[in-house]
Amino acid sequence: MSDTPLVRLDGAGKSYGNVIALRDVDLEASPGEVTCVLGDNGAGKSTLIKIVAGLHRHDTGTYTVQGEEVAFSSPREALDLGIATVYQDLAVVPLMPVWRNFFLGSEKRRRLGRLDIPFMRATTRDELHAMGIDLRDVDRPIGTLSGGERQCVAIARAVYFGAKALVLDEPTAALGVKQAGVVLRYIVQARERGLAVIFITHNPHHAYPVGDRFLILDRGRSIGYHTKDEISRDELTGLMAGGAELEQLAHELERGLRKE
Amino acid sequence: MTTPAVAAAPDERLARRSPLRRLLGRPELGALLGAVALFVFFSLAADAFLRTGSFSTVLYASSTFGIMAVGVSLLMIGGEFDLSAGVMVTTSALVTALTAYQLTLNLWVGAAISLAVTLALGLLNGLLCVRTRLPSFIVTLATFFMLAGLNLGVTKAVTGNVASDSVRDMDGFDSARAVFASDLAVGGVTVDVTVLWWLLLVAAATWLLLRTRAGNWIFAVGGAADSARAVGVPVARTKIALFMGVAFCAWLSGMHLVFAFATVQSGEGVGNEFYYIICAVIGGCLLTGGYGSAIGAAVGAFIFGMTNKGIVYAEWNPDWFKFFLGAMLLIATVVNLVVRRRVERSS
Repeated sequence: MSDTPLVRLDGAGKSYGNVIALRDVDLEASPGEVTCVLGDNGAGKSTLIKIVAGLHRHDTGTYTVQGEEVAFSSPREALDLGIATVYQDLAVVPLMPVWRNFFLGSEKRRRLGRLDIPFMRATTRDELHAMGIDLRDVDRPIGTLSGGERQCVAIARAVYFGAKALVLDEPTAALGVKQAGVVLRYIVQARERGLAVIFITHNPHHAYPVGDRFLILDRGRSIGYHTKDEISRDELTGLMAGGAELEQLAHELERGLRKE
Repeated sequence: MTTPAVAAAPDERLARRSPLRRLLGRPELGALLGAVALFVFFSLAADAFLRTGSFSTVLYASSTFGIMAVGVSLLMIGGEFDLSAGVMVTTSALVTALTAYQLTLNLWVGAAISLAVTLALGLLNGLLCVRTRLPSFIVTLATFFMLAGLNLGVTKAVTGNVASDSVRDMDGFDSARAVFASDLAVGGVTVDVTVLWWLLLVAAATWLLLRTRAGNWIFAVGGAADSARAVGVPVARTKIALFMGVAFCAWLSGMHLVFAFATVQSGEGVGNEFYYIICAVIGGCLLTGGYGSAIGAAVGAFIFGMTNKGIVYAEWNPDWFKFFLGAMLLIATVVNLVVRRRVERSS
């Protein structure tokens, strides 16, 4: 862990009109670490990433990137500082080949505006390979890849185009067990390559194996901010589900079963 | 899970795609097979079809529609339609003929004015679609009727007639005719200059689509405009440029009209927009955008030309032409659908 984290929020808060979406939240993400943000629907996860990604500006608290205080007014500014966000819809064009998607909007060109196709093909293959995805045919339409593989292409693309911090918005939410495992492996790959990863999820079983820090949100507040050695998987799951509520639920279900 | 495998195991369900599969995945394949089948069919059905003279007639017919099909297919790949394309050809021709005649200008000046006006029409179509975010089907349907009305109304008001006055004796006619409406003998076969224009446009469009950044953007704005915008593709600019591409093709076709016939019938062109779209669709362009090729559209135009003239050579009643065209459109779209689904499933 370095002394100044790459991304750091201190007491950050955000309200939309009279709705307080996020209040007094601390977060840090350092190179080579995975910071997990957990919470149920409506807990403030998406508000938090929108602040980090530069889509919204925080109202209270401070946001620093590499020790410098920032207040982004567009995602472009965040991107210029190396903070890349991979959203759930991934921003890919399904019918286009993988390599064209990889370089879309940032095409590499030679003289006379000609695309440098051999370079882009090879780079796509190599970058995906470096992420541990062995795609032999980068000419396949990206729509024919599985959901997990598409996630990985989007992650690899962000990494290649200079991301230092990677914000992943629920990358495992729509995936099956095996595919989610594939994506988790790439998250670890990104960490091993020295990126600061902010991993948003509502699944503690996905977060615990890969995370170094865990921020648990509930109704816009932080209800726990722990490093991995401070918390066990069960504690995390319990906290996430709102401990007492879960016990209550278990109790009710048990009674219901006995009655039958 | 905390100690990741360095490389994920390759998916055992992923078979390597054979070259045949790759070929089947090309958008123009269905059209190519159809063209071969039609060629054989008309060769057997019509003795006159295989003569070289017939072949140049077929090529000429193909080229006049093929030139427009290039612009229309690119636009369709970009996810939009242009229903005003048919009458825009007439507008373009009329602008040249009327301005040059009325102001006694050199016809080349008339052609330049027409180029500016036609490109402006394309720009207008594009701007209207991009700014209002209305479907291009509606926007260009409106401009289609407006242009059709303008063509008739202005021509009648200026000349008192439904056709423009002949520009055959005016300055620049002969040199412009050489460029837009002449024919050349190539190895004993007469080839119309429009065929050369057509091939040139197809080659340029293919290069643009597959080898340039603009081509990447065209596929992207047609395939998933929001995703394209998110990665920094200028969606509006790309679409407007595509409408202007159609306008340029309309100008070229319009110039052919003026210099081939010297007078322009102001009611012409209505309905042709569907033929251009048919050429593009038979050639494998997806109606919803994001998929297709300029070569496919050229093959589509060739099928169109063969059917158009083949029915005449077979001495059938030409009334059947439209029935055949409709049937072919249906077959082509179904074949494209089946081929694409099969490829997507097996890849």
